[in-house]
Amino acid sequence: MSAAIQSPVTEPRPGLWPVLRATLGKDLRLEWRSKDAINSMLFFALLVVVVFSFSFDPTAEESRRIAGGLIWVSFLFAAVVALNQTWARELHNQVLDAYRVSPAPANSLFLAKAIGNFLFVGVLEAVMAPLFLVFYNLRPIGPAWQLLLVAALGTWALVVNGTFFAAISIRTRSREVMLPLILFPISIPALYSMVAATAAILAGDASPAYWMKLLAVYDVVFTTACLLLFEMVLNAE
Amino acid sequence: MVEASGDRQISDASSDSVSTTIVNSLTPPVVLREVSRYFGRFAALRTVSAEFEAARLYAILGENGAGKSTLLRLIAGLTPPSRGTVTLFGSERPASVRHRLAYMAHASLLYDELDAMENLRYFAELYGMHDLGACAHSLRKVGLDPALKRRVGQYSQGMRQRLSLARALLHQPELLLLDEPFSNVDISSAREMVRLLANSRDNGCTVLVVTHQPALLETAADELVQMAAGRIVQGAKAQMGPVISPAQSSTPEVVR
Repeated sequence: MSAAIQSPVTEPRPGLWPVLRATLGKDLRLEWRSKDAINSMLFFALLVVVVFSFSFDPTAEESRRIAGGLIWVSFLFAAVVALNQTWARELHNQVLDAYRVSPAPANSLFLAKAIGNFLFVGVLEAVMAPLFLVFYNLRPIGPAWQLLLVAALGTWALVVNGTFFAAISIRTRSREVMLPLILFPISIPALYSMVAATAAILAGDASPAYWMKLLAVYDVVFTTACLLLFEMVLNAE
Repeated sequence: MVEASGDRQISDASSDSVSTTIVNSLTPPVVLREVSRYFGRFAALRTVSAEFEAARLYAILGENGAGKSTLLRLIAGLTPPSRGTVTLFGSERPASVRHRLAYMAHASLLYDELDAMENLRYFAELYGMHDLGACAHSLRKVGLDPALKRRVGQYSQGMRQRLSLARALLHQPELLLLDEPFSNVDISSAREMVRLLANSRDNGCTVLVVTHQPALLETAADELVQMAAGRIVQGAKAQMGPVISPAQSSTPEVVR
């Protein structure tokens, strides 16, 4: 007869937050060491700013009108680069399987990835925003602090869906193409709200409140939907 | 052997009735009932029924494509069966028993950019373990130095395999599923790994090892399980199920 196993040292279901914290810490450490996502996003966004600034020479008034669109479209394209890499790390050496066989909650993984992407895109925005101001001679006429709120709500809207759809597309053969194909159409309401709110703040001729409320509702709805569906996506074969 | 499984059952299921606990303690940790797994038209597993008892070390043998890896992935809950049921520790819900099993795959399941301790610390958190001492202990058990700061990407294949085993043993699982753990490992390291697996078995763990090197497990294994063409043809109380014809199934039977 064999000796009995020692008393368990594990929890049947570890908490959401400790696993989220550990996963986020691990992802930040991996990104700090490789700098894959940040570097590719920054170069991409920088190229967009420079190419657009050389392509046309708008007046200050025109810049305020079109800058919202330019800024958010360049951030969206750049974010896709990072979003594609989010899950690539987990596919290398099939590490995702180690997570799937563990009792850790699926939503810890999703939220950690989404928050990580939010931070990466946030860094990109913090670096690129001053360049936009310089290249397009921008000076907000409306309350500038509202730009921060729009940036936070808009960035979350992009990354929460982007993280979710990147997880769906990881098992597809051409996932780099698949992600924008799924993500862009579903992001149109958010993108439109972000552009309209940013233009309103830069031009100061209308209140961005309506668009910001729309963004907040979009964030709540899609975050909830992603959290409800992610476990199914993670365990799909 | 049953006693080992029962002790753990009682500690994990304090809210369950005593009668349920007793029933579960008598149930083998792994029971497969008429399990089939199809990938398109290909049947990786064909109507497999088998039982793997507690605190035994099984060596699963067979040619490439026999269904060995699929069998392990199915038991690990990574691949759902197309048909039939997989019961682990008396439960048909893999999520409820995940903390009691460990899986070591062909791939290392490790992050190349992290060092060994960083890897193990992360995986320990996934099991609700916050004790760093357990990570260091697990590394020492497989002969790796916890103080080594080299990233796993720079490890030799043998060191990776040993680290993978340390990851699998970290939370003291009751069911250990290993897919070719000795591949690319030198003979002395492989023997050391076998010794560790035998120790785990002696401590009440059920160990299933898929291998192409049965000689290594000759003395340690309690039972050899032979697989061929998606079936268990010998061992693990296997029963040969009926071949399901395409007419009986929406998924066509496979022509290999």
